[in-house]
Amino acid sequence: MTLAAAPRSFPEGKRLPALPLDRRPLLFAGLLVALAASGIAALGLGATGIPAARALSILAEAATGRAASGGDALIVLQVRLPRLLLGLLVGAALASSGALMQGLFRNPLADPGLVGVSAGAALAAAATIVLGDALLAPLVGPLPFAALPLGAFAGGLLTTLALYRIATRGGRTSMATLLLAGVAFGALSGAVMGLLSYVSDDRQLRDLAFWSLGSLSGATWTKVAAAAALILPGLLLVPALSRGLNALALGEAEAYHLGVPVQRVKAAAVLTVAVAVGTSVACAGMIGFVGIVVPHVLRLLAGPDHRMLLPASALAGAALLVAADTVARTLAAPAELPIGILTALIGAPFFLWLLLRRRGGLLT
Amino acid sequence: MTAAMTAAMTALSRRTLLLAPALLAALPRARAASPRRIVSIGGAVTEILYRLGRGGEIVGVDSTSQHPAEALRTKANVGYVRALGAEGILSLRPTHVIAVEGAGPPDALRLVEQAGVRIVRVPEEFGEEGTVRRVRTVAEAVDAQAEGAALAAEIEEGFAKLSAVRAKVTRPAKALFVLSLQNGRPVVGGRGTAADAMLALAGAENAASGLTGWKPLSDEGLIAAAPEAIVTMAHGPGGDAPDPFALPAFAATPAAAKRRLIVMDGVYLLGFGPCAPSAALELLAALHPDRAGTARP
Repeated sequence: MTLAAAPRSFPEGKRLPALPLDRRPLLFAGLLVALAASGIAALGLGATGIPAARALSILAEAATGRAASGGDALIVLQVRLPRLLLGLLVGAALASSGALMQGLFRNPLADPGLVGVSAGAALAAAATIVLGDALLAPLVGPLPFAALPLGAFAGGLLTTLALYRIATRGGRTSMATLLLAGVAFGALSGAVMGLLSYVSDDRQLRDLAFWSLGSLSGATWTKVAAAAALILPGLLLVPALSRGLNALALGEAEAYHLGVPVQRVKAAAVLTVAVAVGTSVACAGMIGFVGIVVPHVLRLLAGPDHRMLLPASALAGAALLVAADTVARTLAAPAELPIGILTALIGAPFFLWLLLRRRGGLLT
Repeated sequence: MTAAMTAAMTALSRRTLLLAPALLAALPRARAASPRRIVSIGGAVTEILYRLGRGGEIVGVDSTSQHPAEALRTKANVGYVRALGAEGILSLRPTHVIAVEGAGPPDALRLVEQAGVRIVRVPEEFGEEGTVRRVRTVAEAVDAQAEGAALAAEIEEGFAKLSAVRAKVTRPAKALFVLSLQNGRPVVGGRGTAADAMLALAGAENAASGLTGWKPLSDEGLIAAAPEAIVTMAHGPGGDAPDPFALPAFAATPAAAKRRLIVMDGVYLLGFGPCAPSAALELLAALHPDRAGTARP
């Protein structure tokens, strides 16, 4: 019980309602405005000059069943809209998974990758890139382009389930064992990925490098549908876990005596994270930063109550990723920047500013 | 094409005449009759297009299109060959995307294809036949069969001349291609790399033939490989390359004894575009000065 037992690991451990209760609707309103703004920007900005008003009218046309056609409609309906929706789903999935993991491990350094899902997905994806043609083609048959996302998703899910089994004895899951097993698997997967990159050729190596920076480029309606089917049920389940996670902050035994079904909360949280992050990695590659920092920012803004933290993280993660993707594909247009770089470039200074502001400066 | 036109026509019938011109202008497929607008992905493809006299039809290139230098200077840059965006390419309203095999991501190119843009894939091949095949593929795509045949013949002639010179090489030089020297650790070209193919064309023996792909080579491996010459790429326009012989392991090779370091432009040497024969001939001359020193192009 090392990290998991540390009390008051949350920066705001003692001040439970950091934001007065009556100001919470304000926070949600602000997040919704940010989400809407980033969504409209995502539809109205891009390499092709289609202003937001035109993009929205194309959307309205398509929604009322009047077949919108033409170059602009194609770009809005087949390129920008699926990208926007995939960004919303992946951002919400990563940020709320981060909030779940930090609550579950009672540690602000926890990130969604801790339960092995990112490492497993990355390992499977690397194996698909390097050995794919020979190894996986027979398995996926006529869908060779689906090999990478399917492989990544399966790898993430299987790894998490295996680690969860390792950490569970007699119906009780030890979070410390899960953490350590996750660290061990992370090291193992790092080593195997090194081996894979050693045997890979020039082209595969570049594929690995770009995949590990993450990208929403190549978002299609098929991907959006698959991501929605896998991520949305988890996101809808997440708020039901808030009471359990709030109680867990006091300690596992205390939560148990408060009547929280501790084991079920753990299992549900781990499974949700595995599916949500596995899907995100499968659709968009590795996008760091969102999962670990978005929940922190929300905790600094509004306190550690999970009833607020979980939905707010989902909204903020979605808005951040959509905004980052919009910048990624417009800044160097017609070329694109990797989104993983931008989530950190947009989010990290804001996070630092928030830390300094909340603490009244580092030197005081 | 016909389906696309039908779709465009139904759309037109629904709209007022006022909107029609704006809509037509927005349709990449409606411009098929007007001049070609090519997005060229891959250094060799761009080089071939320019050599075929189709440089003027190019509207966008990828970041590896470094020859001729005006390509990246005057055309829109759609990014790295393997990290393209669908909207970025579509915003240039291309009629054709001519891309090396392996350009992607595949989903982005599929979206571009859905928009009615013709996508031509050019196989990534090293060697004599492959180079000629690539020229023919590109020439066919842009309706430049005559120019393509001329360029192919020129390349074949270059390779024939090269092979005549190569026949005079009685003892192949043992050469090592060093891609980079990060932290004093050489990454070298083993079997299956463009460097390996180029060394073979230049009548040399690849000292790293025990490796496959681009691999780091250990100091002992380097000494055991005993290269008689080191081939490396010039970095930037200044053409400076790090001096490998300053490193102890390199100093212990036969190449160091003769100070034989050959520095060439990377894209010229490894691009396997139209200048592949002359690059190979130049490398051959540098590697075998005693046999082919007078054969410099």
